[in-house]
Amino acid sequence: MKTCDLPAYTIADLIKTKQVSAIEVLEDTLARIRSIDGRSGQVDAPEAKSKEDLSSIHAFIQVTEDHAREQATRIDKLIKEGKNPGPLAGVPYSAKDIFTVKGIQATAGSKILSNYISPYSSTVVERMATAGAVMVGKVNLDEFTYGSSSESSAYKPVPRNPWDTSRVVGGSSGGSAAAVASGEGAISLGTDTGGSIRHPASFCGTVGLKPTYGRVPRYGLIAFGSSLDCPGPLTRNVTDAAMTLQVIAGADPRDNTAAVVPVPKYLTEMRKDIKGLRIGLSEEFFRVTYFDAETGELVENPIDQQIKDSILSVAGFLAQLGADIITDVPLPHTKYGVPTYFVISRVEASSNLLRYDGVKYGYRTEQPFSDLRELYRKTRGEAFGVEPKLRMLMGIYLSAAQFDKGYYQRALKARALIRNDFDAIFDPKGKYRLDALLTPTAPSTAFPIGSVYGDSVLMQYSDQLTVTTNHAGIPGLSIPAGFDNNDLPIGAQFLGPDYSEGLLLRLGHAYEKVTENEDWRKRRPPLISDN
Amino acid sequence: MADKISQDDFKRLAELASLELPEGEAEYLRKELNNQMVSIEVLESIPIEADTGTAAHGVPYSDYNSPEPREDISRQDPNREDILKQAPELEDGFIVVPDISHEELD
Repeated sequence: MKTCDLPAYTIADLIKTKQVSAIEVLEDTLARIRSIDGRSGQVDAPEAKSKEDLSSIHAFIQVTEDHAREQATRIDKLIKEGKNPGPLAGVPYSAKDIFTVKGIQATAGSKILSNYISPYSSTVVERMATAGAVMVGKVNLDEFTYGSSSESSAYKPVPRNPWDTSRVVGGSSGGSAAAVASGEGAISLGTDTGGSIRHPASFCGTVGLKPTYGRVPRYGLIAFGSSLDCPGPLTRNVTDAAMTLQVIAGADPRDNTAAVVPVPKYLTEMRKDIKGLRIGLSEEFFRVTYFDAETGELVENPIDQQIKDSILSVAGFLAQLGADIITDVPLPHTKYGVPTYFVISRVEASSNLLRYDGVKYGYRTEQPFSDLRELYRKTRGEAFGVEPKLRMLMGIYLSAAQFDKGYYQRALKARALIRNDFDAIFDPKGKYRLDALLTPTAPSTAFPIGSVYGDSVLMQYSDQLTVTTNHAGIPGLSIPAGFDNNDLPIGAQFLGPDYSEGLLLRLGHAYEKVTENEDWRKRRPPLISDN
Repeated sequence: MADKISQDDFKRLAELASLELPEGEAEYLRKELNNQMVSIEVLESIPIEADTGTAAHGVPYSDYNSPEPREDISRQDPNREDILKQAPELEDGFIVVPDISHEELD
């Protein structure tokens, strides 16, 4: 096995004990990227057509080789000098191209930032560097994180699923999930506004952790929905997610929404027993619920039985380990999660997108213009893709006084009701007294590229099992839970009360250990099986 | 169902969003917005008690998790040149802003 396929915790151990150097691990990772990633995403480049394109991953927008070599060399030097290189010493990782890194291009998957070199670094990236991790590149995503398949990026070709390259990677942290699943870095940093870490983690068979809102600072992230955005890790195992969270969590003087709640020792929390924990299952998460476009009527369909069976199997394993499984837990406002998200996220997105003007930084139209307003209109019309345009237009429609029908206020009340649902089931004095809820992460496994993209409503409903978590602000962990009949990964999700990441990691780790000898755990994406 | 967002509404929205849109794209965007509105309108049917509050954040903020306000002091950013370099048009360290549209008043 190559070092790029090892867990982050093993890589850090091998490097610290001088069995391998940080540079060697980096070279293995770069070789893997070269052999399977294919063309990196470029603005306005052609979509994948050739046989080689169609069988490559295309996770990256930019491989930052020089930056990575500098970081790896520094780690090797620290070790040689007998100094502490940090808990993630020499661990290669990628960052969704929504994190700013000083001196490196930050595109958000958009043409409007195609020439932007960030003059500063995000807190999370700074913390990864301090911990000794080595950033190998920036990975592709839905434009400004708007989507659930990573197909809306202006940087083509878009990422392809390592388990079946004709399928999407999920989104919006799709490049992150594809890179981690393919050994192109042991960790990737993603962001989750409506499910954007957990959803692609589920589609690509990786672990994805959305922390509690405010647990990890947002400073230096290109903003989408400021009351919803959460940075977090995607990894190949739960221990690596715990180690990464340990590094990136905690208060930040540059983000006044970053919580000052003490950060627990996640590895210690993770290793505790799960005996006696109360884990809930809710029928609301075993249904696909949407509103018919013609009639507006509520349509409810049972979720794919294979996905439901996988989740019930996870519950069975946890029960074997002594957890109490509580069924029929009510979360009656789950079906309003997507409609509420359509309102809140669009209003916040439209406010965040007004800063891109072709004057201060970023793309500027090459057409002639007579005044400032014409410059704005041409620049923004040319350089935003359809998703940011849709979100701005909807955000303005829902918030401008002249159109105001009270939807925004209503959505904020619906958000309070969604939060109340979770408060009730996690209330230690309530009827259910749950420690965590166990659900599927997504209503489907990875769908074929091109099959949903273009239908903005259907795409949004792909997030319906993750989005209520963001409204409530609570943490969620997606872990691999087997495969369907098409050999595509299925994701299971644990949700818990505010700041309960330690407990979610404990459940994920317990399941990982008890299933470590299952046949499906031995599967690897076809592209890397012989690489 | 009748379109919530008419062509006139859409034109006004595009103006407010400062977006010049090609004809074909405008019609696609308007159709998608109206499809999204079908989902959004469902919010009108949620039973909401009169005393239901609004939630601008999911996690409540209190002394338990909120940082102290920062001191209100200005700091010179160390990356002045790097920031200015990003601007498409510069003159003597100032960002050039094109003419602002205006009307002569009588």
